[in-house]
Amino acid sequence: MSYIKSTFRHPSAKVNSLGFAKTAYEGALSTLCAGCGHDSISAAIIQSFFEMNIEPHKIAKISGIGCSSKTPTYFLGKAHGFNSVHGRMPSVSTGANMANKDLQYIGISGDGDTASIGMGQFAHVVRRNLNMIYIVMNNGCYGLTKGQDSATADIGSAGKKGVENQFAAIDLCQLALQLGAGYVARSFSGDKKQLIPLIKGAIEHKGFAFIDVISPCVTFNNVPTSTKGYEYVRDHLDATGTIDFVPERQELKIIHPEGTSKEVKLHDGSKLILKKNTHDYDLSSKREAMGIIETVREQKKILTGLIYLHEDPQDTHKKINSVDKPLNSLSQGEVCPGNAVLDALNEGFR
Amino acid sequence: MNKIKAINDFVILFANINGSGSASANNLFAKAVFRLGIPVSAKNIFPSNIQGLPTWFEVRVSEKGYLGRREGYDFVVATNGQTIVKDYNELATGGYFFYDSSRRLPDHLQRDDITIIGIPLTNICNENYTDPRLRQIFKNIIYVGALAYLFEMDFSVFEDSIKSQFAKKAKLIEPNINALRLGYDYAQKYFTDACALNIHRRDLNGDKIMIEGNTATGLGAVFAGVTVAGWYPITPSTSVIESFEKYCRQYRVDEATGKNKFAIVQAEDELAAIGIVIGAAWNGARSFTATSGPGVSLMGEFLGLAYFAEIPVFLVDIQRSGPSTGMPTRTQQSDVLAAAYASHGDTKHVLLFPATPKECFDMTVIGMDLAERLQTPVMLMSDLDLGMNTHLCEKIEFDDHHIYDRGKVLDYEALEAKQERWGRYLDVDDDGIPYRTIPGAHPEKGAFFTRGSSHDEYAAYTEDGKIYAKGMQRLLKKFDTAKTLVPEAEIHKVKDNNKLGIIYYGTSTYAGHEADDLLQEQGIHLDEMRIKAFPFGKEVEEFMQSHETIFVIEQNRDAQMKTLLVNEFQLDPKDLIPVLNIDGMPITAQYIADEINNHINPSQGKSKKFEVIS
Repeated sequence: MSYIKSTFRHPSAKVNSLGFAKTAYEGALSTLCAGCGHDSISAAIIQSFFEMNIEPHKIAKISGIGCSSKTPTYFLGKAHGFNSVHGRMPSVSTGANMANKDLQYIGISGDGDTASIGMGQFAHVVRRNLNMIYIVMNNGCYGLTKGQDSATADIGSAGKKGVENQFAAIDLCQLALQLGAGYVARSFSGDKKQLIPLIKGAIEHKGFAFIDVISPCVTFNNVPTSTKGYEYVRDHLDATGTIDFVPERQELKIIHPEGTSKEVKLHDGSKLILKKNTHDYDLSSKREAMGIIETVREQKKILTGLIYLHEDPQDTHKKINSVDKPLNSLSQGEVCPGNAVLDALNEGFR
Repeated sequence: MNKIKAINDFVILFANINGSGSASANNLFAKAVFRLGIPVSAKNIFPSNIQGLPTWFEVRVSEKGYLGRREGYDFVVATNGQTIVKDYNELATGGYFFYDSSRRLPDHLQRDDITIIGIPLTNICNENYTDPRLRQIFKNIIYVGALAYLFEMDFSVFEDSIKSQFAKKAKLIEPNINALRLGYDYAQKYFTDACALNIHRRDLNGDKIMIEGNTATGLGAVFAGVTVAGWYPITPSTSVIESFEKYCRQYRVDEATGKNKFAIVQAEDELAAIGIVIGAAWNGARSFTATSGPGVSLMGEFLGLAYFAEIPVFLVDIQRSGPSTGMPTRTQQSDVLAAAYASHGDTKHVLLFPATPKECFDMTVIGMDLAERLQTPVMLMSDLDLGMNTHLCEKIEFDDHHIYDRGKVLDYEALEAKQERWGRYLDVDDDGIPYRTIPGAHPEKGAFFTRGSSHDEYAAYTEDGKIYAKGMQRLLKKFDTAKTLVPEAEIHKVKDNNKLGIIYYGTSTYAGHEADDLLQEQGIHLDEMRIKAFPFGKEVEEFMQSHETIFVIEQNRDAQMKTLLVNEFQLDPKDLIPVLNIDGMPITAQYIADEINNHINPSQGKSKKFEVIS
């Protein structure tokens, strides 16, 4: 493996509407294991932001600790990143978002980082409806400490060590739904075609957008006995439908036969085009979304795709009624009342 | 019987039940003393409870200006049946016992060395009011009225206080004044000349104010330009955020849109609270949190990250009695070491020690500057006594010429102009402080990956031990720079070549000053040093070197400031004599003076310290 990543691209390589080539969205060379699902997710993130024409430096990528949380180094090199503390990405993201509402926030976490040590922070960032994308790279195990079961490992699933997990799995999508997330999706790192439009939809979504991405750990949890290995996941996928993201500016090119597809409009006018398979339910119904996850689980399958979408315009900033200008851009004159007000104030304390 | 006789120099204890409305009546009394131009200090000794448990309020009237707590009660206002025996027994010989005589005193209370003043508060209320709520509230006001007579206080001060207090609810003015009058008249009729304690008008308070430390701290954060607060409720720090919010609502709401120029996030716990502060600071906003010892413990991991990744954090620690939950509504200075070295690995943090509400305000403004200048956590080490009690102090002022020091931040123009390669952790100015960038500043330059894992000068991950060690040494250099930026210790030398010194900090200052005066009267002259910050500056080192015996006054068990001094200056621990109080009550001058006297003249008496500990 080479440790120097080439930045050379063919001069005729495609650029986006901002004039950026895809290289502008790439990061450092990954040091994860060869074949790690996480690298595919990084690639999907790069592709999504590139195609969505977002200025790379207007993105902030924040993570916790673990294999997943290392990945922000491997994408969006022109964006500031923050590899924080285990399980605490949500609070750092909250603070960062409070300081500057104008950046695009992408939080990267893992199943250990979110479903165990960071469970409390995850729950509360969902409740706040923080305007961010929250991606869990979910491999059902602790990769960086050599393969212990995580809280998303299914009962009966066994990793490389061959010991079956005895504890109930936490379904992060159901949890996010219950706590009020407006955009809930699940995907598979091996399904770029589905993952990219889901990330694009999350970028457009105003408010908290959650994507649980099953991302096999090739080193510790990719054996036939594991329900998070490539083999099992591929054999048990059950998508809510195919999905395409259509930006506001772009005309619809993909026409699905009447009755089998559904448009979901996002706040800026762009659309998600969902082509339904057998699961036809109201995407904006929390109850139905909960039900479908359960139904598919009972069938021993993994539901992927966009599971729930219901935009709540009240993101954290709206809830706390903050000014439109980013708080970090306010000048001293705008925030300091000055000595003049103190005479009256002091008088009140006499 | 010898009654205690005093003018403007005595202590009154109010014994109440919490949740009964006594606090506002007691404050009315303390404020009246202040408005009569006499220095006064008031201490609320309250339970960790909302309603129904005993609560006490001590008021010390001191024409000499001593604001520390004084032991012993000259006058007790006993309105709480639960504690009446204790309150009775604790009254000083010659003192005055004021109680609600609607019920008889228990028969076994038979002291003959005190003056009993029984006023039937309940009966008076029942005769005058029908609403049970008014009966309860005015009972408190009636005893204040009675005190006004007994202490010969100028009644007009109370009338004026009531008028200004209820300026917006005018219909409450008359009933309150009437209630005061009921108490005043009753005392005048039945207890003429019963009391030889007097409060007579003086003009000693100038333009000073009476304010709680937490109120001043929250106000300071508004003036310091804090825009993001992450917090979790914990006594005794909650009122810092409440104050911040109150003044933000007053001064930080955009007139045109009605929108807030601030974000206050009540977090799920203290870990998230400090995470929010760190995220906001990383993103270029001034941010802060307020907490107490248990919160500091929880924030430990994040503080290490902020130290190592070099992120400005301003943390207000309103210390209370630990360890664990300890006595959550009692004061202590027991987080000094936990704060100074918070987090695992080698860490050191900048601490500020305010002694008055005015300093809480000033040090919040300075502290925010220091945090951004030094790109590191700065902690304001206040405590429950300072934070939650009303203190007489200088009026609050802000220098409009003071421009916030935002520290070494490279903005778009600076990045654009930069020719050489920028390194986030590169010490270009030889002061240990590198330059940082704020996310989104520039399309091509200045982005980096902030991390708590080891990093090189360009913020890249490294496991090269030499590079790691170099970074850690640079952080020490930065700490040396901090020594030149933090507020200097206040030093007062009383005579040349004095080998005796005394050190105090924070709320031990009041009692420390007074103890010095007591000791002077006994011929013991101590050079004084009040520490205002950690790391210690050169002046602290000089003081330590130039005195052979130094008493260190603290309100904790383990002599934490002494430990810090010994550790930082490699001193012989035997040269520093700790004088410690840990009962959760503010330390007193008499106790300090006795301890020091006993140390210098060991034959004269036994140390009281051991009594406190046993």
